Parts: sequence; structure tokens; C-alpha cells
Amino acid sequence: MSIATPKHIDHPTVLYMNGVSVSFDGFKALNSLSLFIEPGEMRAIIGPNGAGKTTMMDVITGKTRPDSGTILFNDKEDLTRYDEAQVANMGVGRKFQKPSVIESLTVFENIEMSLKGGRSVWQALVHKLTPARQEKIDEILDLIDLKDRQHEEAGSLSHGQKQWLEIGMLLGQEPELLLIDEPAAGMTDEETMKTAELFKRLAKKHSLMVVEHDMDFIEALDCKVTVLHEGRVLAEGSLETVKANQEVIEVYLGR
Amino acid sequence: MSQEIKGGPLTRLIMNDKAGRKLLLVLLLVSVLVPLSNLLVPEGSLFHVSTFTMTLLGKYLCYALLAVAVDLIWGYCGILSLGHGAFFALGGYAMGMYLMRQIGDRGVYANPELPDFMVFLNWTELPWYWQGFDQFWFAMIMVLAAPGLLAFVFGVLAFRSRVTGVYLSIITQALTYALLLAFFRNDMGFGGNNGLTDFKDILGFDLQADTTRAALFFASGIALIGGYLISRFIVTSKLGRVLVAIRDSESRARFLGYRVEWYKLFVFVVSSMLAGVAGALYVPQVGIINPGEFAPINSIEIIIWVAVGGRGTLYGAVIGAVLVNYAKTYFTGAFAELWLFMLGGLFVLTTLYLPKGVVGLWAQIQEKRRSSSGGPGGGQSATAEGKV
Ligand SMILES: Nc1ncnc2c1ncn2[C@@H]1O[C@H](COP(=O)(O)OP(=O)(O)OP(=O)(O)O)[C@@H](O)[C@H]1O
Ligand SMILES: [Mg+2]
Repeated sequence: MSIATPKHIDHPTVLYMNGVSVSFDGFKALNSLSLFIEPGEMRAIIGPNGAGKTTMMDVITGKTRPDSGTILFNDKEDLTRYDEAQVANMGVGRKFQKPSVIESLTVFENIEMSLKGGRSVWQALVHKLTPARQEKIDEILDLIDLKDRQHEEAGSLSHGQKQWLEIGMLLGQEPELLLIDEPAAGMTDEETMKTAELFKRLAKKHSLMVVEHDMDFIEALDCKVTVLHEGRVLAEGSLETVKANQEVIEVYLGR
Repeated sequence: MSQEIKGGPLTRLIMNDKAGRKLLLVLLLVSVLVPLSNLLVPEGSLFHVSTFTMTLLGKYLCYALLAVAVDLIWGYCGILSLGHGAFFALGGYAMGMYLMRQIGDRGVYANPELPDFMVFLNWTELPWYWQGFDQFWFAMIMVLAAPGLLAFVFGVLAFRSRVTGVYLSIITQALTYALLLAFFRNDMGFGGNNGLTDFKDILGFDLQADTTRAALFFASGIALIGGYLISRFIVTSKLGRVLVAIRDSESRARFLGYRVEWYKLFVFVVSSMLAGVAGALYVPQVGIINPGEFAPINSIEIIIWVAVGGRGTLYGAVIGAVLVNYAKTYFTGAFAELWLFMLGGLFVLTTLYLPKGVVGLWAQIQEKRRSSSGGPGGGQSATAEGKV
């Protein structure tokens, strides 16, 4: 079975990746990868270890330059021309595979730092906590269930709570597109399901790309699934269809 | 740190900084009382501070300001500069050039324009970069501008190409070493090996007079307090939290949309200027500035002061600078050749056993005392104090 990789597609996309390749010392981590995400869409990405899922996020967010290929944001910005901070400020938020919060700042300060705007040195120096910002922070703290720990250092949180805090920081950025790498790792089943619920709610206002190994979580997301393997798209479609795909079973599910 | 978010500037600067507040009070008292007791209390009285002691303490104050400058970038932003002595020295040279021009025709060669060493080199004209240094205000601008400009150029190059960690430390060492070699050269026009010395007066006041010494001491204390408050303003702002984010996880800061290089550049330049001011106040008190101030070892010593005092607290840097330099004064008198080994040993011991320095140890002791005296929940606040 082969996947259609159109050069031009006729509907608007929030993320357009076409023929993207990256190699590390000759090893092709991404091999002419093509993938399109529609505005407001939620997309799950699965695939075996080393498939290139994290690398894909690296090239989208300006961390790694692709050797070839096109990456467009909202069908106009060429993301390969910008660095991490610029891509972030355009409206692409990212959650890392390894929870990455600022451990020696408090939960509150972590969220405060993430709030959209005020990125220049001068703005940061004269920054004030306005009632509007306070309200926004409270809202996020409620959402991620960390209100009663807001004044504790982020380093003291459990693994799952750090994941939530990082998701909260993503929300603070108010990005259009959220790239989320293995959010459920280290979470209890209950937390995992709550996370899936949260993402489904977010998908209405934002576009999400979620990488996860936890199949229950993917199922709960109830969205289109893309299977990556060896830097390429192996299959794409509903969870049922990709689960039934012989190749997918061989390289991923059958393990 | 959480309470620091709320409240006006005064709360942020002073009220939330319990240890720093005490330190500032002590500094203020010292800045006022030491000069007064030197000038007003008769010699021989128990409360008289000799000019020698006052000058020594004045040196410590300058070192303490230098340590605060280093703590600002190292403790809060993770930039381990092993070249901060260069900024200190540049500030010192800027002041030294002014003091040289103040000598006027009272030099050995009695040349009204040229400092002695230039006459000695058979120079006939003042080099262009010595112009303007007869004006105090101009020299003071240069005290800030010379280190600031060097830090800016260096920072743009290093931070934009994302040089970090040990590589950055090495090139800062190289920077100060390169300046050491340059300033050693006679044809550079900074007095070569001998540096600048034989100063006579500052703003028309005799540098040997007790009153001038007292005023310089007072100025050093005020500069330290000012530098501390400026640094404190920075680290308690959101900018300070971005710096901590950069220190803890640089890539996280980038992916949040912060241009890490500009933040580093800003704080690096501010820090270099504080170091420059420290150098400028140091020179008239010790009476000389020579290329030795650029020696790489000097920059490493500053790191040790900060590490010993306790990194990332600002007041720890002040305490560390005073403690280590007091020890240095004491021990170099007794067994000079051993001092470097002792300094090295001190650094190793602090790194191994006192990662949070003396102030961290103090917080620990207090916590123990509190928990052994048995108040419920008493142990909690002490951990917060020693952190970062
Ligand atoms: N900076 C790098 N240098 C060299 N090789 C790299 C680099 N980054 C990734 N790779 C390699 O590229 C391949 C893809 O890695 P990537 O992290 O994208 O996989 P992944 O799909 O995210 O896997 P996992 O499920 O384990 O997170 C791996 O073989 C990895 O070793
Ligand atoms: Mg990965």
C-alpha cells in the first residue's frame, strides 16, 4: 500500500510538510516525509522508537534544519527559515518528550512566564502582573489541577504533574498549533484519560499533533492517526484502518 | 520566590529579601560609620578605624561589587564567565587615565599634557584614545562604556553562535589573557608593565588625604548597595525568571519564544558595567592599575568568592568576597606561597560539601535549630531561603 503524497492540496492547512528529509551522519531520520494538518484538527502520531516522531517536531519548531522539503505554517510562513523562538512566537507551541518545566521556579511562575506576549528583554524587565494576567493564570491552574501547589517549586512535582504543568505552559502561550510529544508518559490511567479529554476540548480552538505510544490514549483521542516508520508515513487514517494495516502490525503493533 | 511576584518595587527589592535586607543595613552602617570613625574619632581610641584598615575594607567593598556582578550572570543565568576580571580592569584603567591626566605638570617630566611614561617613550602627542580623560564626567562614562562595549561585542559573537558551558568559560579566559598581553605592551599607550600610578588627586582632592580616602570608601559602599539593588531589581523581575529559565533549561526558554541570546547579552553587559564601576573605585584606593589585573587567575578567584558565599543569592556573593579576601589578606601575610593552594582547596571543599556556599550552610543550621526546637512546620521556610 502506498500513501498519496500530493505536492499541492486544495484545502487550507495549518501545517504543511512536503518531502521533508533530515539525515544525521548519513542516517535518514526523516525520509521525504509528507504530512498535512487542517485547522482545528487533532492528529495522533504513532510509530516505533526511532521512527522520527521527535525529529519531525524538531524540524517544525526550528530546532533542526531539514536537508530538503517544505514546511509551511498556515500555508504561508516557511518555518524552515526561523529559529525556535520565532516559530514559537508565530503560534507553534511544543511539549517535550521529557517533561521540561523550569524546576527552580514555582508552578505559578512557570505559567506566568509562558503567557503570550512580552517576549522582549525590556518588556520582561518592566513586566507587571495585571489582573487580566492573574485571571488567565488562575484559569490555567484550575484546568491543570495545580492550584493548591502553585507556590511550590516545579521541581517538587510528580512526573505526571510536571507533564500537566508543561501542558499548562503550552496553553499560556495560546498557540494555534500544539505539538505534544508523549504527554501520557508517567501518568496514571485516570490522569491519562483526563489528558485525552482536555486535548479533545482544545482541538476546537487549536490544532494539535499528539505523539503517543499509549494505545488507550490514542483511542480516547478518537481522531485521525498517522503511523511513522523509518522517517516516512507508513499509514494514515482512522485508528481502525491503521490497526488493520498489515505493515503497521508488522513494524509496530505486532511487537 | 513566589511572593516576589506581588507588590511594588520596594517590596520586591527589600521587603522580600530578609537576608539581603540585613546585609544592606550592615553595609549602610559600615559605609557611614567607618569614614566617620576614621575622621572624627581620635587615633588611639578603640573606635578609631585607621586609614590603612579603611582602605583595606574599601578594597573588599569593590571586590564585593565585582562578586555581585558575577553572581548576576553565573548564579542566575548560568553564564560562567572566567574573564570578569577584564571588565574590572577596564573600569580601573578608565579611572586610572583620568587620575593620570589629573597629575598635569606635577609629573617627573613636568609635561602638562603627557603622562610621564609617554614622555619617557619619546611620544610628543597624546594618543586619540587619551583625549577627554581630563574630564571627570567623560572618564566616568568610559568606566561604564569600555567594559560595556567589550561585553556587548563579545556577547553578540558568543551568545548568538550559542557558545555555552565550558567553551564559553574558556573563551572568556582567553579574552582576559589577550587583554593582559595587550596591556603589557608599551606601544599600547597604557603604561605597559608598570601600568598607571603615582596619582595625585581626584576632582582636585588630594588622594593621600584621609578625607578623600573616607569619601572613596563611602562611595564604594554606596556603589555596592546600588549595584546590589540594581541586580536585585533585575532578578526579581520577570526578566530574572527568564534568566533562571535559561540557566535551568535553555531550550525550554527558546521554545517559549524568548530570544535567549538577547537576555544573556543584556545581563552580561549590565554585569560588565558593574564590574567596571568596581574597578574604577578600586584604583584610586590602591593607587595603581597595571596589566596584572587582567591575569586569568584573578577572574577565577571571583568565581571562588561567589561559590564560597553561595551562588544565586547576591548577598552570598558579598559575604563570599569579604570572607575569602579577608582570609587572603590574613594568609598571604603569614604564608604567601601557600595561598593559591589554600584557595584551590577552598574551592574543592565548597563544591563538594557546600554547594550552596556559606549562606546555604547558614540556612541549613537555622533549619536544624528550628526543627529541633520542635515547632510544627518550622522546617519549611528555611529550604526556600537557601534555594536557587
Ligand atoms: N541529533 C541527532 N543526532 C543523531 N541522530 C539523531 C539525532 N536526533 C535523532 N537522531 C536519530 O534519529 C532517529 C529518530 O529519532 P527520534 O527521536 O525522532 O525518534 P522517535 O520517533 O521520537 O522515537 P521515540 O519513540 O523513542 O521517542 C533515531 O534513530 C535517533 O537516534
Ligand atoms: Mg521521541
